[in-house]
Amino acid sequence: MSTALLRSYMAVVAVRFRMLLQYRAAALAGIATQIFWGCIKLMVFGAFYAVAVTTPPMTFTAIVVYVWLGQVLIGLLPWNHDPELQELFTSGGVAYELLRPLDLYWFWFARTLAFRTAPTLLRMVPGLLFATLLLPLIGLPEWALPAPASVAHGLMFSVSFVVTVMLSCAITILITISMFWMIESRGLSTFMYGVVPVLSGMIVPLPLFPDWMQPFLHWQPFRGLCDVPFRIYSGDIPLAMASQEIVLQLAWTVILIVFGYGLASRARMRLVVQGG
Amino acid sequence: MPQILVEGLSKTFRIAERKPGMLGAVGGLFRRQYRSVDALRNVGFTIEEGELVGYIGPNGAGKSTTIKILSGILVPSAGRCEVLGRIPWKQRREHVASIGVVFGQRTQLWWDLPVIESFDLLRDIYRVPNSEYRQKKEELIDMLDLSNLLDTPVRQLSLGQRVRCDIAAALLHTPRILFLDEPTRGLDAVSKLNVRAFIKRICREEKVTVLLTTHDLDDIEALCDRILILGDGQLLMDGSIADLREQYGDSRYIAVELETFAVTSPEHEKLVVERSDSHILFSLESDVPAFVDDVLRRYPVKDLLITHPPIEHVVATMYQAANIEH
Repeated sequence: MSTALLRSYMAVVAVRFRMLLQYRAAALAGIATQIFWGCIKLMVFGAFYAVAVTTPPMTFTAIVVYVWLGQVLIGLLPWNHDPELQELFTSGGVAYELLRPLDLYWFWFARTLAFRTAPTLLRMVPGLLFATLLLPLIGLPEWALPAPASVAHGLMFSVSFVVTVMLSCAITILITISMFWMIESRGLSTFMYGVVPVLSGMIVPLPLFPDWMQPFLHWQPFRGLCDVPFRIYSGDIPLAMASQEIVLQLAWTVILIVFGYGLASRARMRLVVQGG
Repeated sequence: MPQILVEGLSKTFRIAERKPGMLGAVGGLFRRQYRSVDALRNVGFTIEEGELVGYIGPNGAGKSTTIKILSGILVPSAGRCEVLGRIPWKQRREHVASIGVVFGQRTQLWWDLPVIESFDLLRDIYRVPNSEYRQKKEELIDMLDLSNLLDTPVRQLSLGQRVRCDIAAALLHTPRILFLDEPTRGLDAVSKLNVRAFIKRICREEKVTVLLTTHDLDDIEALCDRILILGDGQLLMDGSIADLREQYGDSRYIAVELETFAVTSPEHEKLVVERSDSHILFSLESDVPAFVDDVLRRYPVKDLLITHPPIEHVVATMYQAANIEH
């Protein structure tokens, strides 16, 4: 991809990102809910850990990291998609999308990237302030989000996190492209709404699931959304294993991008634009 | 080599259908019934550089489908189509960089952004060099009188303002061909005139080829040397306005509003197209001044208007002549 072309896509990201940063009130309301949920989850896990008869598969600190990163980054979870793109399908605006000298897949990927990151950024700042600074101040230091296990873990986390964002976009855009066939995306969204939070680890950290489920949970793509980066951060995944985990995460991202790209090309050929 | 070449172009849509009622809804879950609709049937024409061609026909005739194929959005079912030597849907990205398209009923600008930011984004998307962009932008702002609108979010623009901005947006990357799909639809008289004057100017001065669909025959008369008439997916005529009038009757419609109800004379009665209380619509082929004179003398006329028959009437006459079901 030439740099000029890349600049085109970056401009699309930047504009949509700026537009989405306007929704500050929604973000504040959102993070208030997330903080509330974070506290409830920590109370529940705290209670379980207090009465545990065997050694749990994760330390409580790793749970705290898992919970807070999950709450703060919940906007990245690909269980919905950009309503602006939905609107294109119901209004026929998809015609104008095809009039741009851009590749449809990457054009939408750019917009999806903004849609995923802008609201997340808005929620992340107050959420992180609460989880790192305010919790120790009000006498709950054991609930506070600690720093990464080490500098190396922090770096590995950053790499994994970038892949997480890409993976999230690759899944989100699959929901969008499905509208070429279905027009109405609510069906698939509802399905994703049920599946993604569970399989990513957002509801319950994946290591706490029964042993017989672990092989399946390990290999499925949604794990790269929460489980991998969060456990690298807390050190629950040792440094030696981290790069291997990131490769798996990246592999799924590439597979889903290739799949989505192919799907978008096929969809274009059978496009029907209503009217006139 | 013509700029636009269309040969034997056909497009068939498959439309899922279900029988009415509960039984139909349940049946549709198991076996989908499809109906084929021929939007275009064996359409062919060529357009040379700098031509301003009107593309008319009733709703559902296939005008927009043609425009969408020519602009690379839709893939035709059969036929050949080349624009500037490229096959639109195969070399879509190179192709769309050299054309501009305006769909009158929907905007290509970003709803929540001020107009100028949409322009800047289009510059980035089309990768227009900065110096070229600045010059083109100034030129368009000046010609379309947009300077007061630039900082307004698109959602706050009136339709007339929006269409002007949309036309500017379609020209920022200096396309050689412009497709306009009903650009004057819903515009007030002043806006319509402005848009027409602008289209004429870019076509004459910058040699931009324009293909324009419309339902407004006055658009066509004011702008186009050549018209293509489409009916039921088929090309019915390719020629000038004069050809059309010559072939299908150069009639005039005379709308008369009366002060009070009056009975029309038998020879006038034959010319009546429509009548309601005090309004009468006459249609005649010739001797308009004498007829108007006669009407003014005989009836208590409050108002009188002479127009062309609406395009639908001309095309309807054509349909009857071509014996096409619609």
